[in-house]
Amino acid sequence: MSWAPFTVDATHFYLQVYFWIIVAVLGGLFLLMTFVQGGQSLFHTAKDEMEERAITNSLGRKWELTFTTLVLFGGALYAAFPLFYSVSFGGAYWVWMLILFGFVLQAVAYEYMNKEGNLLGKNVYKFFLYFNGIVTMLLIGAAVGTFFTGSNFSFDPVTKDVIWGTAKDGIDLRGLEAAIDFKHGAWFNLAFGVLLFAAARILGALWLINDIDNNEFPELIARIRKTIKTCFGVLVVALAIVLAGLLTMKGYAYDIHDPTGKITLEPGKYLHNLLSFGAIPLLLFAAGLVLFILGVLKTGFGNSNKGIWFSGLGIVLIGIVVFVIAGLFGTSFYPSYADLQSSLTIQNSSGSKYTLEVMAWVSVAVPFVLAYIVWVWYQMKKNGPITKEEIADPESHAY
Amino acid sequence: MDHLSMVEWARAQFAMTALFHFFFVPFTLGMSFVVAFFETIYVKTGKKEWKEITQFWQLIFAINFALGLSTGIIHEFEFGTNWSTYSWVVGDLFGAPLAVEGIIAFFMEATFAAISFFGWKRVSKGVHLASSWLLAIGSNLSALWILIANGFMQHPSNEFGNFNIDTSRLEMIDFWKLIVQPVAQVKFLHVVSAGYTLASIFVLGISAFYLLRKKHVEFAKKSAAVAAAFGLVSSIFVAVIGDEHAYEVANTQPTKIAAAEGLYVGEKGAPIVAVGIPKNLKATEVTSNDEAFAFKIELPHMLSILGKHGFNAYVPGLKDLINGNPEYGIWPLSKLAKIGQEARDDLKAYHAAKEAGDKAAMEKARNDFYSVVWTGPEGLKLRKADLIGYGFFEGKNPDLIHPPVPPVFYAFHIMVSLGFWFILLFIWAWVAVVKGSFENNTLLQKLAVLTVPLPWVATSFGWMTAEIGRQPWTVFGVLPTAESATPIALANVQATFFMFLAAFVILGIAELKILFTVVKHGPKGAH
Repeated sequence: MSWAPFTVDATHFYLQVYFWIIVAVLGGLFLLMTFVQGGQSLFHTAKDEMEERAITNSLGRKWELTFTTLVLFGGALYAAFPLFYSVSFGGAYWVWMLILFGFVLQAVAYEYMNKEGNLLGKNVYKFFLYFNGIVTMLLIGAAVGTFFTGSNFSFDPVTKDVIWGTAKDGIDLRGLEAAIDFKHGAWFNLAFGVLLFAAARILGALWLINDIDNNEFPELIARIRKTIKTCFGVLVVALAIVLAGLLTMKGYAYDIHDPTGKITLEPGKYLHNLLSFGAIPLLLFAAGLVLFILGVLKTGFGNSNKGIWFSGLGIVLIGIVVFVIAGLFGTSFYPSYADLQSSLTIQNSSGSKYTLEVMAWVSVAVPFVLAYIVWVWYQMKKNGPITKEEIADPESHAY
Repeated sequence: MDHLSMVEWARAQFAMTALFHFFFVPFTLGMSFVVAFFETIYVKTGKKEWKEITQFWQLIFAINFALGLSTGIIHEFEFGTNWSTYSWVVGDLFGAPLAVEGIIAFFMEATFAAISFFGWKRVSKGVHLASSWLLAIGSNLSALWILIANGFMQHPSNEFGNFNIDTSRLEMIDFWKLIVQPVAQVKFLHVVSAGYTLASIFVLGISAFYLLRKKHVEFAKKSAAVAAAFGLVSSIFVAVIGDEHAYEVANTQPTKIAAAEGLYVGEKGAPIVAVGIPKNLKATEVTSNDEAFAFKIELPHMLSILGKHGFNAYVPGLKDLINGNPEYGIWPLSKLAKIGQEARDDLKAYHAAKEAGDKAAMEKARNDFYSVVWTGPEGLKLRKADLIGYGFFEGKNPDLIHPPVPPVFYAFHIMVSLGFWFILLFIWAWVAVVKGSFENNTLLQKLAVLTVPLPWVATSFGWMTAEIGRQPWTVFGVLPTAESATPIALANVQATFFMFLAAFVILGIAELKILFTVVKHGPKGAH
């Protein structure tokens, strides 16, 4: 088998693959950073103001990174796969608008919730954080689910005018149908949403246990630890449903060598993708799963507070594999169940070869960016966890 | 008609979110540097009072930063949700700078904000100071990339973009030329220096407020001194680069400068209307510039001098840009629209031939599509493909081709007038600071306090001049606004408009209330 199509420009194809891998890595990193959202769903574990502020301050120092990762994820998709940007954001309008709305509410909540004169009162800002932590995560999960189950659109191949809601047996709620149209995989999308939420909540708990002083907040840490156990049960069920769906559903496939890019339905497509390339995706997925579970066992069921590093790395690997099998190996990453041939692939939705070449050069900066993020992270962590003294210190810009 | 209404609602939503976002952007651009200045003095002198000053202004900066970020994210995705056709057609040229912004600038901003805000006791003084500077540089770099993207919308050039007949899209052909396009560069300098001026006025005004109340006097004097110096340099620079910006606009977007000056009929030695009340007229019906104003005071020749760098240089009016003016080589809109329509026909013919597998017909359509229709000085060439957007106006009311005069005129003139006031204020304040009289000059202090909201008015009107003045295009001369929007039912856009409006109003009030509370408490125990 040849890895590059011989009927189209091979360099362009490699660049498309490269950018899909970048999208996958950003997606994986975003999943890691959703520990902020998951942590926001854990405010109920705090029983007094100091405990609540410990959670707020721990997450409040990281929310901007999650936010920025999302922005870059969007920017990379815009530049590299503009047709996806146009079709998905313009089509699944309400899903994306509600996701955005959740992030708008989150952004102000940390800075304002404990400030005097904040108009709405602390509980409203806390509600904003819950909304972002639960509803937004479910929506993001459902949106990613449609990468496998498909969406209800078709478009003109020349003008690329998108028409949403064209499936005769489908429902058109501008994207929200992904959660209620059970004929077209809503069960899978919902399970994916729950899976993402449960994973984020576990990561959030692991992060808080690592970042808040365990000696000063023993009861809070114990309560957070308890949530991991229950949430892990939910995660296992959701994961089983998603995996069962993923391995049994028909995938939207095309031949990378076919210049017409004709889409067909292929039974077991995602299993085939996992086994492609010497089964590396499957091995990475398994490694990610083992690491994730190891982190949960160490911190959720044991006494270590280092679980976040294992589970964090695990979720990054899982996230990368999910995106890789969704878009590579001749797979449509944004399929249409309304019109098979309208499905988007990395080849029919990408930017021009020149744009991708330029962006590839720009992407050289990514390792440097990652390096200084890690350095800053280390600088902020090296003096130990968040303490009561720091929270009460007027000079520490504590929330 | 429904489609037009949807476009108008989409525009309203974008304008609302953009304006709200733009309340915070210039403040962030300027305050990030103001905080870095104060912290540098603290690190140099080691005096605790400078640390207190730094932390107070940083707190105010942080309160704004959060809402600025949250309103900013809507924008990136709004291009997809409400302007999906735009995103697809120009995604290469517009999306690439946005992605670079994310990689190069946004991460720098967000990452070092963490140290600058929360790291006072977690890192060394040097690392903290470096982080505050990197936060400021990151914020300003972010503006650079956004304005490169916006510069492309204002003045797309076939030097860096090409309409690809195969993909029916405008694609990038030279990234470097996209970056260094003069329109974007002067726009960037104009916007960031306006941000510095805005932040300086804010610091000066709040300091003056404390001095009037006889509170936090030493804090206020020190803050005012830095603000006066920074503001003086910035406000003068805004005007100088603003002049250069106007020159670029006059030569690249003639409809915008004509609307901004209410110039309907082109003139040699064209004047600037210093003060005036323009009427809302159709350019095709105006016979003289005098009838276009209910009242006006003119500065003779100034538009020719500033816009074209010639005392008697010709500046085209809106009517010339519709009817054409052979004497000055200006084509009528009907000709541009005809060529644009031909380009559209070629595009259709090309794809029909492709479908039929007719290679000869494909070649012919391609050659027609890229045929040169105008050759200018220095080898500049215009092809049919470059004028494809004008095809939209074929057979349509020609008055649709220019922006409405009154809003652009007022926005531009209010912005410029306020700019001159800021320069006067800073000259006065700087002299008073140098002489040591700022502390006792209550008139100056009161004026400084009253001026605090005005730079927000100026920057918002500046943005409106740029964006309303570009209408009816999203990408000037290439992609009409009416063809850029997402095909979606009106009710969806209306609903999200009110959803975001409600959120912004409530969060905006909350932000102001927190801000007033912080200012009322003053620097002691600012955190």
